[in-house]
Amino acid sequence: MPISYFLVLSALLFSVGVYGVLARQNAVLVLLSIELMLNAVNINLVAFSAFFGSEGVGGQVFALFVIAVAAAEVGVGLAIVILLFRNRQTVDVDEMSYMKW
Amino acid sequence: MNLEVVIFGVMFVVALGCSLAMLFAPNAVHVALFLVGAQMALALAFLLQGAFFVAAIQIIVYAGAIMVLFLFVIMLLGIDLRESLIEPLTGQRGVALGLGAVLAVGLVFVGVQGADLAAGGGDGAAALTELNQGPGNVKALARALFSRYLLPFEVTSILLVVAMVGVMVLARRISAVENDRRAGVPAAEEEAA
Repeated sequence: MPISYFLVLSALLFSVGVYGVLARQNAVLVLLSIELMLNAVNINLVAFSAFFGSEGVGGQVFALFVIAVAAAEVGVGLAIVILLFRNRQTVDVDEMSYMKW
Repeated sequence: MNLEVVIFGVMFVVALGCSLAMLFAPNAVHVALFLVGAQMALALAFLLQGAFFVAAIQIIVYAGAIMVLFLFVIMLLGIDLRESLIEPLTGQRGVALGLGAVLAVGLVFVGVQGADLAAGGGDGAAALTELNQGPGNVKALARALFSRYLLPFEVTSILLVVAMVGVMVLARRISAVENDRRAGVPAAEEEAA
């Protein structure tokens, strides 16, 4: 299979994720869109890993790292969302203007 | 028609359909479930490329553990938190759509053009058979992970521990007594009052 198929899929998913991050107002849904973007990155890493054959196994290793970092990011992000909800009774990102100058 | 291409087509439609449905589903739980669907399709994409271990981890860790955490928080915050469609920033939605479309066109262009960039590498199928010769996917991955990428591996484990402690500190509920002690109010005085 040509690698460009996977690159196109990855590009489209990443763009959908970017739109989700920019347009959504619920903080949890923003985090979900970030997950979609990380997944798109993983497709790229694995596609190039397969493309370069046995010497490209580092791509798959880095896909694993991305998954691990995503787990950490989700944990911290959701803790912040819960904290915000506890303090302000909303998870709307437009309401979060504590640090706005 | 090649079976691989058919599987890829089905996977492509499911992944893209689920991610687009994510954007327009009003209910947060549905969004999370659509993301699970997209991740299942992407696991199929990893399988197509011979990345068996990453595909398994994708399903177990991503579609399993991380999405359960998401659903847990969505349920905790209340599932009836629907989005208001009123835009505080006028034109935000339109600008976001425009920027997303520009990015999509650019990335697709790079993906198509950049494919001949490494023409010496052969196409994916040839690389896949090459990958499966020798030690096999899981063994090759383990060898790379625990030799060449040992330092990033250890750093990632430290990151996970730090994140875990950080989450516990963040989400801790400070009791009223503790809060007073921090503010400098003695507990005895509080009781007397």
